[in-house]
Amino acid sequence: MTDEPQPHDDQDVQGGDHACSGCGPTDAAGDTAKTDGGTAVDDAGGGAATDGGTAVDSGDGFEPIQVFPEAEDADLRPGSDDCYKCSTCDTTCPVAEVDEDFPGPKFQGPEQWRLKRSDDQDIDDSISKCSNCMRCDSACPSDVPLSQMHNTARAQYVDEQMDKTSLKYWRNRLLANYGTMARLGSTFPRLTNAVMGNSLVQQVNEKLLGITAEREFPEFATETFRSWYAKRGGEATSVENARRARQRRDEDVDADKRVAYFHGDYANHNTPEVAKALVHVFESFGYAVLVPEQRCSGTPMFANGMLEDARRAAKVNVGSFSELVEDGVDVVCSCTSCSMALRQEYPELFSIPGTAKVAANTYDAVEYLRINEDLDGELAAAETTTDDLGVDSFAYHAPCHARNQGLDGQTVELLSQLDDVDAEDVGDSCSGISGTYGWKTEHYETSMKIGDEMFEHMEDADATTGMTECPTCAMQMEHGTGYEIEHPLQVLEAALVDGATTEDEAA
Amino acid sequence: MAIRDDVLVVGGGLAGMTAALAAAREGASVRVVTDSESTLQQASGLVDVLGYPNPHDARDGDRDGDGGDAGDGSSAPPVANPFDAIDSLPEDHPYQLVGVDALRGGLAIFDDATGDLYRGGHTERNALVPTVGGTVKPTARYPASVAPGLASDDRTTLLVGFDGDTDVDAPNVAAHLRAVGVPFDVGGVTVEFPGDPDGTDQQTRLAHALDTDEDGVRRRLAERVKRSLKRADDVFGDASDTDEGAATGSAVAGFGDVERVGLPAVLGRDRPRQVRDALAEHLDAAVFELPPAPPSLPGVRLRYRLRDALRDAGVAVTTGNPVVDHDVEPGAGDGGDAGKNAAPRITTIYADRNGTRTPYEPEAVVLATGGLVGGGIDSERDAVYEPVFDCPVSHPEDRYDWSDADAFGSHAFARFGVRIDADGRVLDADGDPLYANLTAAGGVVGGYDAAAEKSASGVSLATGYVAGRTASADASSSHPTPTDVTADR
Repeated sequence: MTDEPQPHDDQDVQGGDHACSGCGPTDAAGDTAKTDGGTAVDDAGGGAATDGGTAVDSGDGFEPIQVFPEAEDADLRPGSDDCYKCSTCDTTCPVAEVDEDFPGPKFQGPEQWRLKRSDDQDIDDSISKCSNCMRCDSACPSDVPLSQMHNTARAQYVDEQMDKTSLKYWRNRLLANYGTMARLGSTFPRLTNAVMGNSLVQQVNEKLLGITAEREFPEFATETFRSWYAKRGGEATSVENARRARQRRDEDVDADKRVAYFHGDYANHNTPEVAKALVHVFESFGYAVLVPEQRCSGTPMFANGMLEDARRAAKVNVGSFSELVEDGVDVVCSCTSCSMALRQEYPELFSIPGTAKVAANTYDAVEYLRINEDLDGELAAAETTTDDLGVDSFAYHAPCHARNQGLDGQTVELLSQLDDVDAEDVGDSCSGISGTYGWKTEHYETSMKIGDEMFEHMEDADATTGMTECPTCAMQMEHGTGYEIEHPLQVLEAALVDGATTEDEAA
Repeated sequence: MAIRDDVLVVGGGLAGMTAALAAAREGASVRVVTDSESTLQQASGLVDVLGYPNPHDARDGDRDGDGGDAGDGSSAPPVANPFDAIDSLPEDHPYQLVGVDALRGGLAIFDDATGDLYRGGHTERNALVPTVGGTVKPTARYPASVAPGLASDDRTTLLVGFDGDTDVDAPNVAAHLRAVGVPFDVGGVTVEFPGDPDGTDQQTRLAHALDTDEDGVRRRLAERVKRSLKRADDVFGDASDTDEGAATGSAVAGFGDVERVGLPAVLGRDRPRQVRDALAEHLDAAVFELPPAPPSLPGVRLRYRLRDALRDAGVAVTTGNPVVDHDVEPGAGDGGDAGKNAAPRITTIYADRNGTRTPYEPEAVVLATGGLVGGGIDSERDAVYEPVFDCPVSHPEDRYDWSDADAFGSHAFARFGVRIDADGRVLDADGDPLYANLTAAGGVVGGYDAAAEKSASGVSLATGYVAGRTASADASSSHPTPTDVTADR
């Protein structure tokens, strides 16, 4: 299963400025084995009783016996043993609620894990119905690493049971590697948009590949974020803008305020306005925004069981971001699935050197400002009129992956600081699209059924525009309701940044 | 810069939410931070206050001899009025510490928040609710969906389970209820849930189908229930069922004699009222749910309702990040005055996400992380501890004294928890406040055996009420007027 060396350095997990010093029993990093070779024993410093109790030293001569041999690779046994089958995960699974054939996360995780201990057991086909929303993770009262189990089961299913010559495999591969398509698409954005928007092409996609014709392909921007950033003068310009902002803000002009932006493929190719908003907002707070070399976060690859593709992408990302993190630069993301991947999935699935350090220093962009700046105060003081925003009321949907990071309340809380703007939370249902999931013909209907509740709430909301952090949730919201969708960073930009856009264009 | 609120509640169960609502009512800005989603999803949805004040008395009295304490009537009956029984509790019981008014205050918050979703507020007396285990539980508040099923009601009752659903074995539940002598005819049948022949669907899927009445499922289910009663004699038990020989089956000739129907608790998640009304109309009988084992839709509904109440009260909720660390500043004085001002103060709390730490700087903190099961109290081989603030948890030195040899005996571990005073403040080993701004509520508080007493929810409400109010008062005393807040910062 593993092709990497086993670098899993303890220092990486425990050390660093931001690493957890409390390390109580709730510290997830210490509990769960990496599937990629980091064995449970390596991690026993966290005090996980399931590892054999090395942390316990009771003076009564008690010496725990190591019952199970050290695992050589995927050791999810502790997680599986922690499941006491309360089935709470099943009641939070949005797919199980609408699909009568889906046996739910408890089966996909701990039960399947036990079943496949015997060699003659295949992974059940229903693993492809899991949408990787990861809601089961935070529902579990016993900290079972459900999504990690699903990711590994799905990868094994694709590796061992999926026909590599099937159209479905290549369709999934194509969807998972959206970034590769996007690079091509962005080379001739207008042509690509015209072709992909063609209904004949859509019919062919549906019939041949199983990519639903119900959805409109997202348009490629005529200029990618990265080429905008380069044209604008690259890092030097951002450093200078940040310096001027610090001067304006009466801060230390020579302060080392830099962030590394993980924009991912979608903000780069499809919604550069979100990425630009991030740059403008961070620069206005005096941060230089760096955009190191990067690939897709891997989220669509995990969801399609293409773990090797994801590993390659993760290697590039961890490699280029860990260097900056070493240098004291924190990582910020505008997409909550990207931050989820860097913070949780990488450490759970790979042991690429530097992964833990990157995870411990990666933030959602808005969360970062909230922690490090007086974002609430500046928003409250901002004299924003609805004219600046063009909108006064938003229907906000918290993406599942934002929810899993404890970010679901953030946007509504922040926007309530603005005088004339309302943001209404449309409830905690899943949007249903889950990245590439809702694009597949066989899942389209399920995806829309899951989305129903959100659509209903959006329509009931007294709002003119939709809002979310996740690009595919945005697609689903638009598709289901016709609302235009904005990213919170765009509102922050309108509220806090004076004439940034014109400044850029002048430069 | 950290995220600032007046009151930060650590934990999002019933105690934490009650504390948050109590503090918000007093005008504090409040945030709830939780490790994972609320455990109310695992709860039955019943809100007990006190069922058995001295659950181990009969058992202890039996130590001398015959060993016959189970099922022979020697265990005490449930208490009719829990409020009257509070005086008989040990002095260090949380109810004695925070007082009966705190319990009333907590229940008032609960009643306000849950509105028409719950019943029982009309009286201080316990209701007797038949459960999915065939027992009858004394409880103070119960979901409206459960109300028509009360054991004190003598209407003829048919319990219905679904094929393939191992959680509700209706004939067995009915037999149990007959055995404990409920004052009504009760029988149990099993039917196929329409569209789910093998019974593999998740309960949320069944609830969704009933919510949306997909394929006329409400009517189809009602038809199946009606048709299920072909041989009522078997269903409603016969003479061999009970020693008394009170054959009750003969009174029920067919479905026409059934006055109420109890079903598994899957009768809708979003529109439970509508689902029950529709089924009742099709069946021409009252319809109720059997309070379930986890996972629990009544628990999910309660969680939604309380979450809405928090939102309406302006409480911010951050779910998914455990609190792992905190900073403390020393207190005003070491000697002399041992009051709360002498105690150190918690200044910053850190929540963790794989090593990323989010700082919060509240004025006051409520600890509501649950007990041994919820993770608010933890143990190693030779120590019991409270993991977030390392509050003292007293326990016998020898771990073999932590539990009783009798499985249903009086276990020390059941009472493990932090000590609080009348204001809900966490106390140190000497009985002084551990921190100037830390209170605790719910399962993390020690001194009571929630499972044996049937007091878990009531203690959460009472201690949550007090802890929230104290925290709010602490917060407002640390910044006298709201306008000073920004200046101080």
